[in-house]
Amino acid sequence: MFESLADKLQDVFKKLSGKGALTEADVAEALREVRLGLLEADVNFKVVKDFIGRIRERAVGVDILEGLHPAQQVIKIVDEELTALLGGEQAPLSFSAKSPTVIMLCGLQGAGKTTHAGKLAQMLRKQGRNPLLVAADIYRPAAIKQLQVVGEQVRTPVFTLDGADPTKIAQAGVAEAIRAGNDIVILDTAGRLQIDETLMAELQRIKVAVKPQEILLVVDAMTGQEAVAVAQGFHEALDVTGLILTKLDGDTRGGAALSIKSVVGRPIKFVGVGEKMDALEVFHPDRMASRILGMGDVLTLIERAEGALDQKKAAEFEKKLRANKFDFEDYLEQMQQVRKMGPLDQILKLIPGLGGAGALKGLEIDESHLARIEGMIRSMTMQERREPGMINGSRRRRIAMGSGSQIQDVNRLLTQFEQMKKMMRGLSGMSGGGMPSLPGMPGAAGKHSGSNKTPSKKNKRKPSPGFKFPFGRH
Amino acid sequence: MLKRGLFKSIFQKVDQMFTGRGKIDEELLEELEEALIGADLNIHTTMRALDELRAMVADKRLKDATDVTDHLKRFLWDTLMAGGASPVLSVAPSAPTVYLIVGVNGVGKTTSVAKLAYKLQREGKRVVLAAADTFRAAAVEQLALWGERVGVEVVKGRDGADPAAVVFDAIQAAKARKADYLLIDTAGRLHNKSHLMEELKKINRVVMRELGGRSADETLLVLDATTGQNAVNQAREFKSAVSITGLILAKLDGTARGGIVITIKDELNVPIKLIGTGEKPGDMEYFDAQTFIDALFE
Repeated sequence: MFESLADKLQDVFKKLSGKGALTEADVAEALREVRLGLLEADVNFKVVKDFIGRIRERAVGVDILEGLHPAQQVIKIVDEELTALLGGEQAPLSFSAKSPTVIMLCGLQGAGKTTHAGKLAQMLRKQGRNPLLVAADIYRPAAIKQLQVVGEQVRTPVFTLDGADPTKIAQAGVAEAIRAGNDIVILDTAGRLQIDETLMAELQRIKVAVKPQEILLVVDAMTGQEAVAVAQGFHEALDVTGLILTKLDGDTRGGAALSIKSVVGRPIKFVGVGEKMDALEVFHPDRMASRILGMGDVLTLIERAEGALDQKKAAEFEKKLRANKFDFEDYLEQMQQVRKMGPLDQILKLIPGLGGAGALKGLEIDESHLARIEGMIRSMTMQERREPGMINGSRRRRIAMGSGSQIQDVNRLLTQFEQMKKMMRGLSGMSGGGMPSLPGMPGAAGKHSGSNKTPSKKNKRKPSPGFKFPFGRH
Repeated sequence: MLKRGLFKSIFQKVDQMFTGRGKIDEELLEELEEALIGADLNIHTTMRALDELRAMVADKRLKDATDVTDHLKRFLWDTLMAGGASPVLSVAPSAPTVYLIVGVNGVGKTTSVAKLAYKLQREGKRVVLAAADTFRAAAVEQLALWGERVGVEVVKGRDGADPAAVVFDAIQAAKARKADYLLIDTAGRLHNKSHLMEELKKINRVVMRELGGRSADETLLVLDATTGQNAVNQAREFKSAVSITGLILAKLDGTARGGIVITIKDELNVPIKLIGTGEKPGDMEYFDAQTFIDALFE
């Protein structure tokens, strides 16, 4: 539905090419697209107005006229300003001098407070901390039970007090942490509207009673224009210290991040990227800027790849590639490496031009298909894996039987493997760097390039024939 | 209720804007545009409305500010009413009538299911609930507690159980109890996760099989009124996976206006059927077009 802003800007500047210098009117035209892009991403309209004003000041004149590629320069300025607004550097949690550090979570109903209390506990435990979860949502049915289940999942004790009011529960929770030697208290509170005076006053009482070191506002990344009012309401009442942006694993552009940030001025500390307890990431302003602008999230992809891929094995693999000695053993190995990076549909979404815009629709990532391929390879003898050329008709039949697949499947796998080898031979000259294992993935070039085209509307619903995951899809 | 909810507030804002000036200028149209975008109307719908207004101002069909508001109201009204007024909730020819409630995480599905059950029960209907969110921690307990609170039976699955199996059990139970309605609560799922949408299709298949080829009488997508443009993606994906028949717009008790539903009606032709206005059992209303239009033109 929305093409990426980068694409639109390219179009705008294509019209301008040949004119030489960029006039104020040209910049205005580009900024009109930026404005629409930001509004489509749910950035609050007032925030957009200020933002565009600032860009105009910077873009008209010297800055923009100097460069050879004006399109890139405007994108760069927009990206820089956006990144700056989203928060220059990462902000870690702060811990109080005296234990326990109290972290209070607050937000609207359904933002994801309870889930993120669990995720925070898990993350802090991994860092060697000893957190205590405190359940103070006495309103929503089974909210306390939910935190108890979550606590069990992350092996963290959960404290609550039957029949007590939230302030009492918070106080008793802190006392319990002191008694039991927990150095962190994570306080889960009930969802509430920022205009609910009674419930906002309750949060203020909790704040006075337990003096949290961190008050984190939990916000759904899909929030629309309302984000500003929500942030204002909570910030005025509580002076929040930071934000958690949740449900970023959806396809929202997440402009709410910018709205909230510009109102609260406090750092976005974490982002939630899934329903599992380890789906919590540190916030990267530059990546969020690219996402809001619709330019994909190459950095996250690269980082994930680096985290999952064994560098030594990657180097070995690359050597084999260059020598063209790539066999089914390596294939299996690579397959497992990539799967370690996370679900494939998530990984593909991070690629500019593929994410968000629905380009992946139809291209269903069938993980069970990979399992089938693995089954076929595992049904080969070691010798067959090393020398696929020896796999004749009867061997194919045996492999098919052994893996519970059809002989046609085996044929297809062998053909694709040969094709892939050919393709890799062509690409091996450009591999190296972070991701030698993902040839065939388009557009993983620099994030500011803005040249990553979304597949045309025509084949949006079908897997584009030019795009093949290295392991082949049947 | 609708007076302070939904779209009324757009017009309060626009009315304020027009007070004290009768002339139409570009500044006024821009403010109008901001008012619509501020209510989370989709940018394309907004631009379409504005283009129409500008064209009519240009050829003098709209002469003063009052004309402009009137026309804007008509534009939104036409958009919402295209294809006739929102139909009421469908009822099956033979009981039980089955409603499937779907949506992304945290929009208020479980609460909406409970409130709808309460509403139907107060209309004298026998209602059974299926707690088919076996994924989220304590979601089953949450619905079970609601069931106790509003006094309806809840068919539960164990945590981690196959939701389609829970639905199967619930349909048998609803038939055995001669229930008029079965409301199925499902786990929250982001619309871009294909495996979770497949799970939903499977639930749908079970419903169809057990109802003798009939699909759920209503498949209602719950939307959070604070959600912005992404609501359109949600509606589109859920529609293509399980062909939703209507929307429940939840959390309209805040200051959010949920204007995105206009675009969803416009682009996907999915009508709003119910609105959620609070956390109490009685806080749900049918989306009544007449009441709504009255409030709009008051």
